[in-house]
Amino acid sequence: MAEVEGGGCELFSAGHRACAGCGPALAARLILKATGKNVIVVAATGCMEVFSTPYPETAWGVPWIHSLFENPAAVASGIEAALKKQGRNEKVVCICGDGSTLDIGMLCISGAFERGHDITYICYDNEAYMNTGIQRSGATPYGASTTTSPAGSCSLGNPRPKKDMPAILAAHGAPYVATASIAYPNDFVQKVERAINTPGPCYIQVHTPCCTGWGFESGETLAMAKLAIDTGLWVNYEMVNGVVEKAKKVRRKPVEEYLAKQKRFRHLFKPSRRDDVIAQIQAIADTNAERFGIDIKRKESSE
Amino acid sequence: MALRVGCVAAPGRATENKTGAWRVFKPVFEPEKCSRCGMCAMVCPEGCVRETEEGTFEPDLDYCKGCGICAEICPKKSIRMEKEEK
Amino acid sequence: MLEFMEGSHAVAEIVKRCRPQVIAAYPITPQTHIVEDLAQMVANCELDAEYITVESEFSALSACLGASAAGSRVYSATTSQGLALMFEVCFNVAGMRQPVVMTIANRSLGAPLSIWNDQQDSIALRDSGWMQFYAEDNQETVDLHMIAYRVCEDHDILLPAFVCFDGFILSHTYEPVAMPSQEEVDAYLPAFTPYQRLDAANPLSFGMYATPEYYMEFRYEIDRAMQRAKQAIIRAGREFGEHFGRDYSALVEGYRLDDADTALVAMGSICGTVKDAIDEMREQGRKVGLLKIRTFRPFPAPEIAAALSGVSTVAVLDKNISLGNGGAVGTEVKAALYGSGAAVYDYIIALGGRDVRKRDIAAIVDLAEKGKGDMFYGLRTEVL
Repeated sequence: MAEVEGGGCELFSAGHRACAGCGPALAARLILKATGKNVIVVAATGCMEVFSTPYPETAWGVPWIHSLFENPAAVASGIEAALKKQGRNEKVVCICGDGSTLDIGMLCISGAFERGHDITYICYDNEAYMNTGIQRSGATPYGASTTTSPAGSCSLGNPRPKKDMPAILAAHGAPYVATASIAYPNDFVQKVERAINTPGPCYIQVHTPCCTGWGFESGETLAMAKLAIDTGLWVNYEMVNGVVEKAKKVRRKPVEEYLAKQKRFRHLFKPSRRDDVIAQIQAIADTNAERFGIDIKRKESSE
Repeated sequence: MALRVGCVAAPGRATENKTGAWRVFKPVFEPEKCSRCGMCAMVCPEGCVRETEEGTFEPDLDYCKGCGICAEICPKKSIRMEKEEK
Repeated sequence: MLEFMEGSHAVAEIVKRCRPQVIAAYPITPQTHIVEDLAQMVANCELDAEYITVESEFSALSACLGASAAGSRVYSATTSQGLALMFEVCFNVAGMRQPVVMTIANRSLGAPLSIWNDQQDSIALRDSGWMQFYAEDNQETVDLHMIAYRVCEDHDILLPAFVCFDGFILSHTYEPVAMPSQEEVDAYLPAFTPYQRLDAANPLSFGMYATPEYYMEFRYEIDRAMQRAKQAIIRAGREFGEHFGRDYSALVEGYRLDDADTALVAMGSICGTVKDAIDEMREQGRKVGLLKIRTFRPFPAPEIAAALSGVSTVAVLDKNISLGNGGAVGTEVKAALYGSGAAVYDYIIALGGRDVRKRDIAAIVDLAEKGKGDMFYGLRTEVL
């Protein structure tokens, strides 16, 4: 049975202005289920910040601060230091989009993780700069069409694979790094709980499909997230002190099933099939499967 | 109401914004099919699915945007989306 | 009792006594001695602060913002390129009404790269909502830090402040300074009590976004706080005089101005040279005076107009230039003196650390009295 914190009062209230079916909005609710009230949230400029805090309507029932697009990790470093000096124990949690985290915020997140601040950084990954109208970020997958990496007569869409941010932060010595998905909400909540209770800088990248940006029906958000995992294009795993543990295993589906359902990949099917690009995307999924060991092995018949 | 220094606000005002007005489709819950798993309440992006006294669930139509995630996720298919008559 | 010490060291000593809880600073010439001294004090448990060795100036001010919003007194120091990198955060800190005090060891901005002094860096941020104080010597530098914290943290003000002192000229020179004791500083500057803070016991959302329906009023409120700051600075400066015997109750200060026909207007360490030049010119019977601007933001326009009301010729010394429109101080002084009938001239001087001598000041007075101004002073025409 689902329980809500604070005696029935949601810490992330309704009335926010996210699109119907918004993945990140669900992620925000789940994060606060994990943290409870004793948290200070540091936000980046982006969808979640904009849809939740048009003055004076805030959806946040916990202390929350937004400064700039690229500096939540630095702001969080300062908050953590102040709390330490004041002898307070609120958890400091950054909640930032993929653009903020993988691109413009690299400087601050690298510094914060290198210095080892006791913070948790959660990147909600909808794979593009969604708030500004669906532009390409370092998290945009290979072959996706965005407004700044559009499919065209001489372009297949985004020509680069996703930046491997979990590996980068594990390399900074982060004690706990995880990927998660809103398709598995309880798993995500548990990972947030683990991260906030692990001393040092911890990172979670949570996959939060965006119906508006990816081009699918609002009710399909969780189904899309699950399909990403089932195809191997998204892997749910944990890294403890840099070593991968516990990757979620799947009976893998071909990537085409995932790509065919989203307008951002429509150019791979219409006006004509781009089997070459689909094959390249399949190769990415295959590499993920190999790297993380996600394929459920069929039983070998004994001879 | 006077501005608060620094563009700061206390919690609560978001609920003044009744996002139920956005809806095109509305969810219809069928409690007799409900297995009380609570997934609908867990996955609603608005957090506006609440538990009834019987342990089943119902949407808060003041805020429900009609996205349909609850209907899609329900393992018993006890929620359906209907075009709302205005 | 006076102690002979390097300007940067004096800054570190007074900052220590102001008891910041969080220091986030990035090294940059000529501020490095300040942050090094503070690090050593923390390392020796003489200063009980969290010292964050940030990865850039942008992060330094961002960390200060976070720590301040969480309820701690903070400190940082920078200059030139570092301050320029903080540009975005400066507007953010002022808009979020966080009382951050930051020392600026004034240095010129590249390109071309220069490590030497002028005041372009802080002056370029005059729109940002930060109060700006300019020190003539290292005693003023020390004193202005205490006054800055006191004014910034006033719940009626809640604005950040630059305490500016000329890089190398003040930062790296040894001067006798009266360094107050910890008890004396505590008596003048009480512990920081934030107006509001990030606190799970009383949750608030900081830094929301403002639609066109609200944004103008928020900016108006900041400007009003800046206007109120004038009285707060005067009050804090007068009380400072009562505590320490050095009065800071004026935003501007005249030197031999009362009967002057020609007045120089300047900010910072150049005032020391100007005062010596004025003494020499006075001995030759020339009626010259100085109006020193100590508070540049909020800009003391009426105070400047009042102080210069009897003067017929004004020569403003600008260690900066708003490229395409002359010096910033000159432009603002001219606006303040509009309608006064005085002839006001602007001289771009000492950019990139070029030395200023007493004879240069006398030459500028000559130029102004001959009606020649609004120019770069002292260009090496042989390289042009």
